[in-house]
Amino acid sequence: MSDIEARVKEIVVEQLGVNADEVTADASFIDDLGADSLDTVELVMALEEAFECEIPDEEAEKITTVKEAVAYINSVQS
Amino acid sequence: MSLQGKVALVTGATRGIGRAIALSLGEQGATVIGTATSENGAAAISDYLQSAGIQGRGMVLNVTQESAIDAVVTAIETEFAAPDILVNNAGITRDNLLMRMKDEEWDEIINTNLTPIFKLSKRCVRAMTKARWGRIINITSVVGVMGNAGQTNYAAAKAGVIGFSKSLAREVGARGITVNSVAPGFIDTDMTSGLPEAHKTALLEQVPVKRLGEAEEIAAAVSFLASPLAGYITGETLHVNGGMYMN
Repeated sequence: MSDIEARVKEIVVEQLGVNADEVTADASFIDDLGADSLDTVELVMALEEAFECEIPDEEAEKITTVKEAVAYINSVQS
Repeated sequence: MSLQGKVALVTGATRGIGRAIALSLGEQGATVIGTATSENGAAAISDYLQSAGIQGRGMVLNVTQESAIDAVVTAIETEFAAPDILVNNAGITRDNLLMRMKDEEWDEIINTNLTPIFKLSKRCVRAMTKARWGRIINITSVVGVMGNAGQTNYAAAKAGVIGFSKSLAREVGARGITVNSVAPGFIDTDMTSGLPEAHKTALLEQVPVKRLGEAEEIAAAVSFLASPLAGYITGETLHVNGGMYMN
């Protein structure tokens, strides 16, 4: 697991109040982890802060799983 | 001092209701940033806050400029902390009968009395969400609920404020943020002092309390809604109108 993925998982656990073992790479924040739409907005805010980047709204909408979050962060950091 | 440690942003705080709100929140212990459209206005706000021993100061803000909104909130975050309490008070009137109302009179009211509430709330709500505490209090008007001849523009904007507040209240309630409206009736301020005497007399006939309201009486309602004890009131419109309209 990459550092980024580990950090993203940590943030998801903290923001959504779920157990770490539920947070698989493909788990959907909304369908599998019980997030509502405001939770996902806050999750994106937390990711922006942790990775010091700004995620535009149209990109944020596409981030629905850990895998997608990691892919996005990799794309802006590379 | 129930608002000790809180930062409050009050728009349109130079005089009238906004000034009374700024002073009232300050007396409760909040640090208050009051905004004015001119440098002179901002200096006057700084002066009256200082005379009252309240922390904070006046800042220049034209609420119709989006970049200015971001700049002012950023300045507050840097100098003090992110606002915990936002009071959207700034407002104007451009009265005219509909058949004579110019497009500019309509647009100016929507751009000044309604759109900035969206922009300021959006700018401030992020930090409130993170803090899991926040108060957004929007000053509407009895006119937004009752209607008033010659104020189709003003009434539409003020009714819009109420709908906005109820919707945002539903969005952010779970984060400890309440969003309410305060609807003043006929209050003794510059906005009402220009009305013809005959019109005032006719208006007062509809007010059971038989007098104009004081700006401080609006400020008291705002301070109550800002207080921690009002945490279970959200999406509400608090009418302060001497009985002119009873909900």
